[in-house]
Amino acid sequence: MNDEIHVRIASDEDLVPARAEARALADRLGFSRTDATLIATAISEIARNIVVHVGEGDIVMRPVYNDHRYGLVVVASDAGVGIRDLDNALSNGYASRGGLGLGLPGARRLMDEFEIETERDKGTTITMTKWRFRDELERLRERRRQG
Amino acid sequence: MSVAILHQGDYLIASIQSDLTDSQVLRLRDELAERVGRHRARGIIIDVGAMDVVDSFVARSLRSIAVTAKLRGADTVVVGIQPDVAIAMVQFELNLDPLRAALDIDEALAELNQLATRSSGDER
Repeated sequence: MNDEIHVRIASDEDLVPARAEARALADRLGFSRTDATLIATAISEIARNIVVHVGEGDIVMRPVYNDHRYGLVVVASDAGVGIRDLDNALSNGYASRGGLGLGLPGARRLMDEFEIETERDKGTTITMTKWRFRDELERLRERRRQG
Repeated sequence: MSVAILHQGDYLIASIQSDLTDSQVLRLRDELAERVGRHRARGIIIDVGAMDVVDSFVARSLRSIAVTAKLRGADTVVVGIQPDVAIAMVQFELNLDPLRAALDIDEALAELNQLATRSSGDER
């Protein structure tokens, strides 16, 4: 499946298509309406983080299949100054420059997997994944049959 | 702008027609604060049924509309939050007080009427 979507983020207006593309891709991949909303919301948060803290960056979304389950991976990258205090940035209520400090921890809770790589003056890359819930159920069932 | 604001009796009804940019959300906040004074409105109803995503920024802005309106003597009720949107909003662990929520506009009107009766009772 070659279904990679790239959204350039350079202003708050770009969040609207980013959310719409996320929802459309999640729908195509068979995610539930709720999961599509959670993914679109998480993307909105990290895209806004890019706009507020760096000014511009890129978001790439693509399907992923491994271990017999389908998922959607989002990679958000920027070439900003990096996140100085990562632990703080991931805890609720830590707001540097006018934010509310809910963006990153919120996005992390909305997704299943969440990883940040950040390097001072080089930039930040966030990789987050949501797995399709019904595959998770099938996996659990399979494991129970085997065990 | 993709928000229609109606003035009905003592109330303002803002109906969001599509996904909004952050700037449009802020403009809505300012517009409502201004109109509460101009129309001497006692209540604001914001219909977010058309919004597929309510992220932390939008949620915080809705709350800030409610706080601003309260300072100008009006209560704010949000209606039409989709079930999946509600599930996502919970993840932000936001305190939305004094923002109120109702299922639809009829319910919101009933709630605002009740609040109005209660506060006029207080004044006596």
